[in-house]
Amino acid sequence: MLTLITNLGPDFHDIAGYIYPNEYELHWGLLIVLYPYLTGLVAGAFILASLERVFNVKALKPVYRLSLLSALAFLFVAPMPLLAHLGHPERSFEMFLTPHTKSAMAMFGFVYAWYLMVVLLLEIWFDYRKDIVTWARNKKGTMKYVYKVLSLGATDISDGSVRFDDKIGKIITIIGIPSAFLLHGYVGFIFGSIKANPWWSSVLMPIVFLFSAIVSGIALILLLYIITTMFRWKEVSMTCLNKLAELLIYAMIVDLSLELLDFIQRLYESEESIEILSQMISSRLFISLIISQIILGSVLPMLSLIWARFGRLPDEMRRMAYFIAAILVQVGIFSTRWNVVIGGQLFSKSLRGLTVYKTELFGLEGILMVGFLLILPFIILFVLTRLFPPWADSESRAHVSKA
Amino acid sequence: MIIRIFTACGGGGDACLMKPKIPQQIISLSILFAVFISALFVARGFLVPKSFGKYGHYRADAADEVAAQPIQYAGYHACTECHSDIDEIKRLSNHKGLSCEVCHGAAAKHIEAPDEFIPTAPRERGYCPVCHGYNPSRPTGFPQILATQHNPGKPCMSCHDPHSPVTPRTPEDCSACHREIASEKSVSPHVTLACVRCHAVPQEHLMNPRLALPEKPASREFCGQCHAENADSPKEIPRIDLASHGDRYLCWDCHYPHYPEAR
Amino acid sequence: MNDDNSMNRREFIISCSKALPFTAGFLLFPINATEMLLAQESGGYDPTQHDFAMGIDIHKCIGCARCADACKKENNVPLEPTFFRTWVERYIITTDGETRVDSPNGGIDGYPEISGNMEILRTFFVPKLCNHCANPPCVQVCPVGATFVTRDGVVLVDEKYCVGCRYCIQACPYGARYLHPEKMVADKCTFCYHRITKGLLPACVEVCPTQARIFGEVGLRSSPLRRFLRFNDIVVLKPSLNTKPKVYYAGTDGEVR
Repeated sequence: MLTLITNLGPDFHDIAGYIYPNEYELHWGLLIVLYPYLTGLVAGAFILASLERVFNVKALKPVYRLSLLSALAFLFVAPMPLLAHLGHPERSFEMFLTPHTKSAMAMFGFVYAWYLMVVLLLEIWFDYRKDIVTWARNKKGTMKYVYKVLSLGATDISDGSVRFDDKIGKIITIIGIPSAFLLHGYVGFIFGSIKANPWWSSVLMPIVFLFSAIVSGIALILLLYIITTMFRWKEVSMTCLNKLAELLIYAMIVDLSLELLDFIQRLYESEESIEILSQMISSRLFISLIISQIILGSVLPMLSLIWARFGRLPDEMRRMAYFIAAILVQVGIFSTRWNVVIGGQLFSKSLRGLTVYKTELFGLEGILMVGFLLILPFIILFVLTRLFPPWADSESRAHVSKA
Repeated sequence: MIIRIFTACGGGGDACLMKPKIPQQIISLSILFAVFISALFVARGFLVPKSFGKYGHYRADAADEVAAQPIQYAGYHACTECHSDIDEIKRLSNHKGLSCEVCHGAAAKHIEAPDEFIPTAPRERGYCPVCHGYNPSRPTGFPQILATQHNPGKPCMSCHDPHSPVTPRTPEDCSACHREIASEKSVSPHVTLACVRCHAVPQEHLMNPRLALPEKPASREFCGQCHAENADSPKEIPRIDLASHGDRYLCWDCHYPHYPEAR
Repeated sequence: MNDDNSMNRREFIISCSKALPFTAGFLLFPINATEMLLAQESGGYDPTQHDFAMGIDIHKCIGCARCADACKKENNVPLEPTFFRTWVERYIITTDGETRVDSPNGGIDGYPEISGNMEILRTFFVPKLCNHCANPPCVQVCPVGATFVTRDGVVLVDEKYCVGCRYCIQACPYGARYLHPEKMVADKCTFCYHRITKGLLPACVEVCPTQARIFGEVGLRSSPLRRFLRFNDIVVLKPSLNTKPKVYYAGTDGEVR
């Protein structure tokens, strides 16, 4: 459904049935589809990192720092679609000044600030502090001063100090897990608490959001680990990859069960909205839901992951299967976000009609903008990996365990 | 730049009584956060609008700003001050509930500068059918015409004074307003029945239709005047046994009186 | 020779002559005659003494949509057919159980002829607008406090504070809100707040030819709304959502959403 909008006026031919006149314009478009996708990746990557840090899943050690940096890179980009979407982005600071505590959206600024500063930045800082101080001492030129500033004057890297870092890091991770849940769960709550919209209004919404976030986060780190190791001409640790695949399978099972539960319950209860929603799924959302989210994005990757992980395969094939599955998962989770956000606006609140969402190519809500916002985190991640190399087997890892 | 809190004795011995040292990390971070949060509070003091929170979680001045919007429609009474002659006629007519500005457009500007801004009057045939053109969804009894058939080409004003819109001929029968019913009745077996045969119509009904409603028959016996077995009526009229036909329902629960044989 | 008196008299004359230019000014400069006609003095309006609401009598509505037209003119609503503060819907219920609803351009240009081979069971018009709910979901979800309920029961939008996040538009179950295409803020019916605070009626009520819209106050015995609420079986839209709407419909049908 790609058409270049030339703004000649509304086209009512694509409307089936009756929609309220004000509903012609879809209000939350591609940018709002992108936002939960990005925060989902943040939350998912962080949960993965916390599995290593707090629950001591040793196999994940190679990707621990990579997960944190990825989470940070995506977190930097996360508010951008929101700002681009606002009618008056220059007034966005009002959410900090006069947040309406009854509104779930008002907590965005605070949750984001908390998560960015207190959880993610602090955890990364504590984990890297010893390295930063060492780099500040050993590097030359401008980088020396960059690291000096980043050390924030805490230059003591004695054993006790490093142990302290470790302890605090663990505490922050423990605080970070519910914070990550909050960061992404509140988006689910924003949708789930709108009683006016029967597609969104559901108790399960925050939970489904969270689990699809975990799925997408694990799949992202799997992809990034394979790609970055490939670009660095190193060997991947199959233990780590297998563990990632395992966790991905478990997360997908839970996620799929939740979505199946929602589906079955809706059909069973057969409330007033079931007719228009069924119509919407079979006509407007057929490709993005049945094909993209369920078949390509859930069933296919899950089966191939199970086969790749537990079947007898040579390692290269296994890696290939993981890689393809992870990409399909990303497509699937993006489709999930699309189906929730766009799907909720494709039918009228009068329950009597359906409309269309016409995406644009250019413009602030256009496909090019979304593409740019999807690529940007990877660029930021690249810069971050230069600044704070997360590789366990890298020569640039300057710190020695015994100072 | 490096802050240290010194211990009681110099470089470390366990035997020394050491005051607990606050780690550098905590100090640096606390300073950073303190600066940041106080900056936020300072900004808040400057940036939150003054009237915010006075009556609730909103900017109290906003209500006054909305209330200061300019007015376009002057309102019914504004016209009668100067145009009382027209109002005297209109007030007693069928258009008494119709505000002047519905046809003559928003007139607040005219009140302020009567000579500069003169309201228009719609004279084209297309305007009156906005209300009076036939539309089955309109409530029954509302006067409607089929615009293409009702004196095509003639301006409405040539027969109907918009300020006192009586028909050129006093409606002899009810069909002027109740056209749908009249047209159905005219192809039904009840065609010879006058409306007033069954409905007692008060004179006031022509002036205030909703307030002075015509009566409707109230019992089966009414229809029985013609349709009962032993009724004193022409032989062609179908007869039924009033006692048993149709249980205890009223006749018009099943038979539409204006077209009785329709299924 | 009372010095005080003569001084007082002189003072009096001087003060009168001071007042003269002012009175002359008032006579010479035109005053908004509309405001003059009203008994209200400026600044005399007390919002805590009012609680506005509206009644709509479906039996009386003829679907002329002069209300939607007047509203657009009074409030400078964008003229495109996708922005309405109030609109009129037509319901056609046929004997086969189907319900058809339409509202082409809010009803302002009239309705297309009913086509098709069906038999109409019931058909009527339903004017719709913001219900100015007493428990408004739109106010609840605004993240910055840009939409609010005034002390006189009217839900308004602060167009200088709204950030345009569109959460309120999503939260309204009645489709009453839209995003103003030029101002890029949320917008909706204000009960013509600028009129009702001066004792006038909202534009839609003013122009309705059949008095299908009744404007008044809750809790006020002398309000025309009181009789309306007493004599009619009242229905509100989507009561199960507990928004406590303050637009009361009489003579409406169960098919109305």
